[in-house]
Amino acid sequence: MPETLTSSEVVTLTINGQEVSARTDETIMEVAEEQGIRIPALCHISGLSDIGACRLCVVEIQGSPKLQPACVTRVSEGMTVSTHTDRLRAHRRTIVEMLFAERNHVCSVCVSNGHCDLQNLAVECGMQEVTLPYLAPKLQVDASHKRFVMDPNRCVMCTRCVRVCDEIEGAHTWDIMGRGVDSRVITDLGKPWGESDTCTSCGKCVQVCPTGALFEKGVSVAEMTKRRQFLPYLKTMREVPK
Amino acid sequence: MSKAKVATIWLDGCSGCHMSFLDLDERLIELSEKMDLVYSPLVDFKEFPEDVDVTLVEGSVSNEGDLHKILQVRERSRILVSLGDCAVTGNVPGMRNAIGVEPLFTRAYNQNVTLHPQKPHGAVPALLDTVKPVHQVVPVDVIVAGCPPSASTIYYVVSELLAGRLPELETHTRFGA
Ligand code: SF4
Ligand code: SF4
Ligand code: SF4
Ligand code: FES
Repeated sequence: MPETLTSSEVVTLTINGQEVSARTDETIMEVAEEQGIRIPALCHISGLSDIGACRLCVVEIQGSPKLQPACVTRVSEGMTVSTHTDRLRAHRRTIVEMLFAERNHVCSVCVSNGHCDLQNLAVECGMQEVTLPYLAPKLQVDASHKRFVMDPNRCVMCTRCVRVCDEIEGAHTWDIMGRGVDSRVITDLGKPWGESDTCTSCGKCVQVCPTGALFEKGVSVAEMTKRRQFLPYLKTMREVPK
Repeated sequence: MSKAKVATIWLDGCSGCHMSFLDLDERLIELSEKMDLVYSPLVDFKEFPEDVDVTLVEGSVSNEGDLHKILQVRERSRILVSLGDCAVTGNVPGMRNAIGVEPLFTRAYNQNVTLHPQKPHGAVPALLDTVKPVHQVVPVDVIVAGCPPSASTIYYVVSELLAGRLPELETHTRFGA
């Protein structure tokens, strides 16, 4: 047996005043999930690596002046975590506002209306209106793939598509181009998706995408529901001891 | 007890929110015991009255006419309600923001026209450069998302306001539906 299997130890920490025990190789997000505490999240999806990109999952840790993203912060002995303070609520609301203001989200005519993680986050975070000015960028839809469409107007740059294509499908068709507000997800170094040499048309990216940015051709308003069951299944199968 | 004065106005929207309001059906009769509709596209008053208790606003602020109306309406209303996604987010009218007014005119009034291509002018209010949600133009007291908000949501909002309470909508509405 390799040494690494025994390297995690059990610790006790406090989440929202409640004492819990956990292993040191677990993140705050994982422990919270086990305890039935829902921390708002967008880039995190169980079954893919975590990158701490969206910052919606930030929590307060006693003694630390900085907020920490729960999806990439491991637990430690004696840690005292708060997941839903007024300060965190205000930050999360602002993040959701920025996501809506940065691209063009028109829920009433969107394929994902009613089945969208971003829409749900707006409700969860109490974001009733966007107070920031909308940027209204002009963005081109890529409908060159024979089965799928990429609409950057709805993209939140969570990179779930990039990670599932790389980590699960092994194709690495998706990547990121540009910086900050100008960053975009691209296929095969910026080729139209339909001309990609690497894409196997497996559809995994479409299913994990939290919004209407990736969808199947032929669906109309509110018709795109995502099927994500395969992800925990594949993850569990891969974790079976060798 | 005197009845509350309620108004509704229609800016850049499809009238769907007003249709949803009409969908209150018999509940409108119940409400009419507590309120008078003093101005609305649904009734025939020409001037927006001076002191309105509650005004429901459908639509975004898209042209100079909308802007003129919303400034006056805000001044004359105690409680201003943004009703529906066009008022709350810009929604479909706001989709032109990514295109710009000039290319939009060229597309709509030149490229697709064979007879007398010309920009609208004269009595037609000029388009503003950007379509804005109501709260980005004047302060709004109550936000009601939805395209359109359901009749039951509108009933809840109006009933609460008539009872002197601010409706709690955070988890009852969402953009789109
Ligand atoms: S992706 Fe989600 S939030 Fe964006 S327009 Fe579509 S339904 Fe609305
Ligand atoms: S369809 Fe499959 S292979 Fe193609 S980009 Fe999406 S995840 Fe990658
Ligand atoms: S396309 Fe979808 S999955 Fe990919 S980054 Fe954008 S929102 Fe995330
Ligand atoms: S879910 Fe943790 S940073 Fe996005």
